[in-house]
Amino acid sequence: MRYRLVALLSLLAWLAAPAAGHAAPPPQSPEIVRALADLAGDDADKREAAVTVIGQTRDPKWIRFLGALRDGSVYARSKAGATELVIGGTKATRGDQDVIDIASAYEQEPLGAVALTDLKEVPTDRRLRLAIKPFLDADETRAQLADSDPAVRQGAAVKLGNQADLAAVPTIEEALKKETDRWVRHALTEALGLIRLAHGKGDERTDAARTLGEIHSAAARDALGRLAGDPTASPAEREAATHAIRRLQRWSLLTTTVETLFQGASLASILLLMALGLAIVFGLMGVINMAHGELMALGAYATFVVQNWFRAALPDRLDLYFVAALPISFLVAAAVGLVMERGVIRFLYGRPLETLLLTWGASLIIQQGLRLWFGAANVDVASPSWLSGGYPVMVGVTLPYNRVFIICLATVSVAATYWLLFQSSAGLRIRAVTQNRAMSSCLGVRAGVVDATTFAFGAGLAGLAGCALTQIGNVGPSLGQNYIVDSFMVVVTGGVGKLAGTILAAAGLGGLTKGIEPTLGAVFGKVAILVGVILFLQRRPAGLFATRGRNAEA
Amino acid sequence: MPKREAIAVGLAAVLLVVVLPFCNTLPADAPFSVSNFTLNLFGKFLAYAILALGLDLLWGYAGVLSLGHGVFFGLGAYAMGMHLMLEIGAKSVYQSALPDFMVWNQVKALPLFWQPFHSGAFTLAAIVLVPALFGLAFGYLAFRSRIRGVYFSIITQALALSVWLVFNRNEMNLGGTNGLADFKTIFGFPLNQPGTQRGLYVVTAATLVAAYLVCRWITLTRAGKVLVAIRDSETRVLFSGYSPAAYKLFVFVVSAILAGVAGALYAPQVGIITPAKIGVLPSIEMVVWVAAGGRGTLYGSVIGAFGVNWIQSWLTTSYPDLWLLFLGGLFMGAVLFFPDGIVGALGRLIGRTRRFLAGPQDRAILEASHLSQATPGASRPPSSDQ
Repeated sequence: MRYRLVALLSLLAWLAAPAAGHAAPPPQSPEIVRALADLAGDDADKREAAVTVIGQTRDPKWIRFLGALRDGSVYARSKAGATELVIGGTKATRGDQDVIDIASAYEQEPLGAVALTDLKEVPTDRRLRLAIKPFLDADETRAQLADSDPAVRQGAAVKLGNQADLAAVPTIEEALKKETDRWVRHALTEALGLIRLAHGKGDERTDAARTLGEIHSAAARDALGRLAGDPTASPAEREAATHAIRRLQRWSLLTTTVETLFQGASLASILLLMALGLAIVFGLMGVINMAHGELMALGAYATFVVQNWFRAALPDRLDLYFVAALPISFLVAAAVGLVMERGVIRFLYGRPLETLLLTWGASLIIQQGLRLWFGAANVDVASPSWLSGGYPVMVGVTLPYNRVFIICLATVSVAATYWLLFQSSAGLRIRAVTQNRAMSSCLGVRAGVVDATTFAFGAGLAGLAGCALTQIGNVGPSLGQNYIVDSFMVVVTGGVGKLAGTILAAAGLGGLTKGIEPTLGAVFGKVAILVGVILFLQRRPAGLFATRGRNAEA
Repeated sequence: MPKREAIAVGLAAVLLVVVLPFCNTLPADAPFSVSNFTLNLFGKFLAYAILALGLDLLWGYAGVLSLGHGVFFGLGAYAMGMHLMLEIGAKSVYQSALPDFMVWNQVKALPLFWQPFHSGAFTLAAIVLVPALFGLAFGYLAFRSRIRGVYFSIITQALALSVWLVFNRNEMNLGGTNGLADFKTIFGFPLNQPGTQRGLYVVTAATLVAAYLVCRWITLTRAGKVLVAIRDSETRVLFSGYSPAAYKLFVFVVSAILAGVAGALYAPQVGIITPAKIGVLPSIEMVVWVAAGGRGTLYGSVIGAFGVNWIQSWLTTSYPDLWLLFLGGLFMGAVLFFPDGIVGALGRLIGRTRRFLAGPQDRAILEASHLSQATPGASRPPSSDQ
């Protein structure tokens, strides 16, 4: 255990040393020279002390030397009667002799290649490596705190907070002075608070508890809990800790609510994207499209193919594949939808049960086709870098970009559908054919073309949904099956013929699912939703927005 | 029942209940010998046919398309399976009185709802009553609020999905994904004996004949006529003073019971029941048996259940990749080209041949009689099932 203590103490000493730059002590001071000589020797205790001496210089060049020592690439050679330590590089074979490039220990200037037989490797055992590690780690953390990427800086700060090492305080304070990023500042403040909470006394601890409460530090919860129940702490300290915990509890209630709302919105958007196409086709044409899920799967696979194509042809523009995949997946699904409508579905208008069975058959064929073509295993669709990660809105809540994207996509799709149906002349024709097919035909609307366009548009929306789904779920041949029942529930609940019903139902079911999932679990949550829908239909058999009419059959 | 149908049913009953099991007792090298494997396979198909009968009564006659009959099938099969699991007793792998999967899941005591299934009489009652009560509750809510047509189909599909999800859960103590299996005896008879299997087959075949007669009787009563009327115009039936919901509920419960009985006969013959048999896909496959055979005829659904499953057992062993493609094609073909199923298509073919063979004077008479015999499915007004 002793060597660990030595290592720790040396680290503390190093961190506590004034941070005044890297005007390192003269590299070849007598202590260093002695240390280097010890390193080449056999005495384990002396070697360990030598590592500490070298590490305490905090000189990046010496730290790099220690790194080489840990990796076993430090060698000793005799030069002019004295032992010199060098760092070995690339090995090569010249003639029948093995040679190695060496560099000087401190400056790391190349000293040319020498025969391997002239060198003696400086051995490193576990004990020595353990002695080296804190120096390398501390060096790494310091480098990370100065990194240009805020995420790296934040990670380093969080690590320091978790270690709660008193010696890191000056480093953190220094970093805090320079830091401008809000979230890194938060992590640094949190780390400082955690350290003071762990090591401070009296007022310092009270202050730290208050600060941690104010910045809603979830990481401090356990430590605060310990302090609140610590009989040796003063009443003021315990009071501050209890108060901070209450603040944290209130905050976590808020973050959970925000998160649930966001997840609900995200699920609602997915449901909406899927149900939108279904609702258009069912509401306007009376066709139950059971193959809608498979059209989604086609969109997802189209995305996969586009990604592979980009990977092969434009590797440096790979991030843009998703932009291209969106319209392509729409078009692929729309084309298949068009073929289905012209090929078979148009013979069955007015017979929804028949279309249901027919499209189910089509769905089986598409599904099996995908399985035969792409294999039964899930395929890998990578997120473009601009969709990975998330946006931190508040302490403890980060909104993933892919979910935000889906919410935006659903919004845009709904807006586009509204515009198409109610503002464009194509929409006028669609609505005319829906209301009175015979009269529209008499007035010169080509009903067949309108049917085909509407169905293709609904299918295209499914493809778009499939493309979006690649960012949040697995892509496999049975992708569609997992969602089809849910999207039909949305259509049934929303009622036929009004898009507003679909939107409301998607929002309601999405929100409700995420709302009850934490208590009931996913499976029983789904059962509860089904029971809820059945009970809801008791009051409104035709859904939220039924089309009113005088037709008793409707 | 028309005389010709009575004769046909009688012949089929003798063939299925008496002749086939008898052929099974013949030595393997005798002509007309039926192997144990084939008889067991037929037993499974006949169990499916019982379910198809109920589905045909519901869809072909009352016009209600249920995409969730796998649930009732599963309820019956699990009720039987639970009794069989308890019959194993301590002869199981873990030598425990509890079913193996409970030992595996570290359940210490038999759950309360398993207790009564020790009793054979209770099990037999549960096979009928559990699907009936579940169908009654679900059907009451659905039909009362006048959920019709595709809405009803979609709701039943969601039901199939939900029940499938629930049965997959280990904490339901129903064996999770692996279901119930490794049955040893049924009411004391060892299941691995050909004699027991033959007995099960005979019971299944006899049940099918009885179920057929009950269904036919229902269609011949006044209630059966109201069912067809509901299918063709529910609103008009409502305005004539009938309550379509009550009739639909009745036929829904009957079909649920038939499905439960089918499941209970299925489980011991196949030796395993898992949630995979009650999900969305199996439930809709049941519909295609009826559609392919010919709905609204009863015998068409029996032929469909038998034929489709025979093709399935052949395709899934010889060409496993093709089965789903074939099934998809069957759905599309049954809707597009054979709206009245194999039975209807054969009927048309026979009619045409007879007209071709008959002289010019007879042809007009035959044509007239053919028109009056047109199958119900084909003569429906297009908007009736909305």
